[in-house]
Formats: sequence, C-alpha cells, structure tokens
Amino acid sequence: MLRAGLVAILLSLMVHVWAAEVTVSFDTPEQSELYHSLLKEYRCLKCQNQNLSDSNASLAGDLRREIRDQILAGNGKRDIDQYLIARYGDFVLYRPPFSAKTAVLWIGPFVLLIVALAGVFVMIRRQRLRASEKSLPVEESDELFRRKLEKAKRLLED
Amino acid sequence: MNIALKLLPLALFVAIAAFLAKGLSLDPTQLPSPLIDKPAPEFTVARLGREPGDPSDGDFISQDMLGQVWVLNVWASWCGPCIAEHPYLVSLAQQRPIPVVGLNYKDEPGDAQQWLARYGDPFAHVLDDRDGDVGLDWGVYGVPETFVIDQSGRVRYKHVGPVDEVGLTQKLIPIIDQLQKETS
Repeated sequence: MLRAGLVAILLSLMVHVWAAEVTVSFDTPEQSELYHSLLKEYRCLKCQNQNLSDSNASLAGDLRREIRDQILAGNGKRDIDQYLIARYGDFVLYRPPFSAKTAVLWIGPFVLLIVALAGVFVMIRRQRLRASEKSLPVEESDELFRRKLEKAKRLLED
Repeated sequence: MNIALKLLPLALFVAIAAFLAKGLSLDPTQLPSPLIDKPAPEFTVARLGREPGDPSDGDFISQDMLGQVWVLNVWASWCGPCIAEHPYLVSLAQQRPIPVVGLNYKDEPGDAQQWLARYGDPFAHVLDDRDGDVGLDWGVYGVPETFVIDQSGRVRYKHVGPVDEVGLTQKLIPIIDQLQKETS
C-alpha cells in the first residue's frame, strides 16, 4: 500500500520532470513573463489537449524555441500569434479570435443561458398563476368564513 | 401544458445527438491548413547527403519549381506510417510525370539514405531538413504530410497522414490532373 503510494508519487514527479521546459533566460523579467504566458495560450498541434508549456512533443519544443527567439528579437504577442496562425490556423490558439466562423462558439453558451433562464422564468410565472387560480378569491373565502362563524355562534346560542 | 413544451426534451435530445454524431465523424488530427491557396513558403535547403552550400549539385531552391505542378512529401525514417505510405508515392511518381519532392524531416541523413535504399526512392529531389526549419514554415505537425503545389507556386492541397489507395486515386491524382489542365 505504502509502496504503491510512493510509486505513484514518484511517477507523478517524473511526469513533471519530463514536462518541464528547458529553462530559458531572457534579458528582462517582462520577456520571461510574456514567454511563459504565451506558452499557455498555444495548443500543441501534436498532442492537442496540451498547451506548448506542457507538451513533450518535439514539435512543441521547436515552437517553444521559435517563440523564445522571437521574444528575444523584440516581437510581441501579436507578431507571434500571426506567425503561428499563418502556419497552423486558429486552432493553435486556445482562445480563438471572434469571427463569423467562431461566433457560435463564443455566443452560443450565453444564448443557451438566456434561453434557459427565460424558460425557468416562464415556468415560475405559470406555476404562480395556477396556484392563485386554485385558491379562492379573498372576498369569497371571507364570505364563507363569516357564514361558518355565524353558524357556529347560532349553534352555541341554542 | 401544450404539445410544443412536451416535445422540447425530445428536440433537445435530437439536437445534442446531432452535434455529438457530427463530432464523432470529425477527425481532430485533420486540421485545415491555412496555407491552402496561399503562396507556398519559400526555402532553400541542402539535398540529402550533402552539406549546405555544397556546389556539386546545388541547394534546392523552392522557387526553381515555379511553372510546374509538384508534390512535397514530408517523411522521416523514424516515421512508421511513412513505410505504409511509400508504395503509393512510388506509384504516384510512376503514374504522373511531375516531380515528387521528399522533405526528410528531423532525421539522421544516414538513416534516411538507408531507408530510401530499402524501400525505394521515388523522389525527384530529396531534401535534408534535419532541424525541421522548413517543416516549421510549412506548418508540419505530423509526419507524413503531402502538399500539392501549382504552377504559380501556391499550395492547393494538403494531405495529413499516410497517403493510401483512396488518398492517391481519389484525391492526389485527380487534383494533380486538374491543376495541370489549369494553364495548358
């Protein structure tokens, strides 16, 4: 049991060691920050559910090197975005740009949320309406209550 | 409760099922190339077995291919599916008189030469891209990949993964034939 746990911990450590990028040095902390934030924005084309920072694919290594070189050459996020999109398409971005093609992707969830909220709202209103229809109107129930009270009084008096 | 409301869950189910069915039929490894109908990235690269700048045969310059339809196949000796694909490339080179250019991607030149000696060499030019720089510019993300480039130097078709019988007879050859008709 203990041994299995240890093996699991060691294995998870190994995964981290494998995933670690080669440490790269930059001229300024801003460049280093840009580098690390960008690696999380781009998808590895080879193992598509990993970003460039996580992936061990050799393509990811090449792209990391390319991004580092571009940052060192003074290029910003926009230049690097364009470089990658020109080669791999929007798919390389985890956050695709808003366009006619991706509109459903971006707006869809909000539309669904609004439709769902509207549905809930309509349902609640209907239920309230039905509940008030079932209970008698106020005056009528008062009338009934008064009559019953009078009947009780009469019974008591007798 | 009206009938429309009663049918709503069924409609939702059908809609979700339709989306999921579509998702199942898509292959996530097949990415549309942004290069299609764009000018092919230009490059100059050493031929396999030669050092860059070796004057004996000259470096391969992609611009030299202008004016003809040609095929760029990205392969490597470490790539298993390339072996399965290879007979179809040999067949393509025999069936159509166009240059099939082999880009040897991130490979050891010695391994690549042995590989070609073993499986046959259908390539008009074999190029040494051992660092994968050319592959990077062409947006290569999985080997093998096959591009068809037209007379004006634009990429017209990209096949990701090994070319098979269907890919050769129903895609590559018809596209090549059509492109060759375009100017003549």
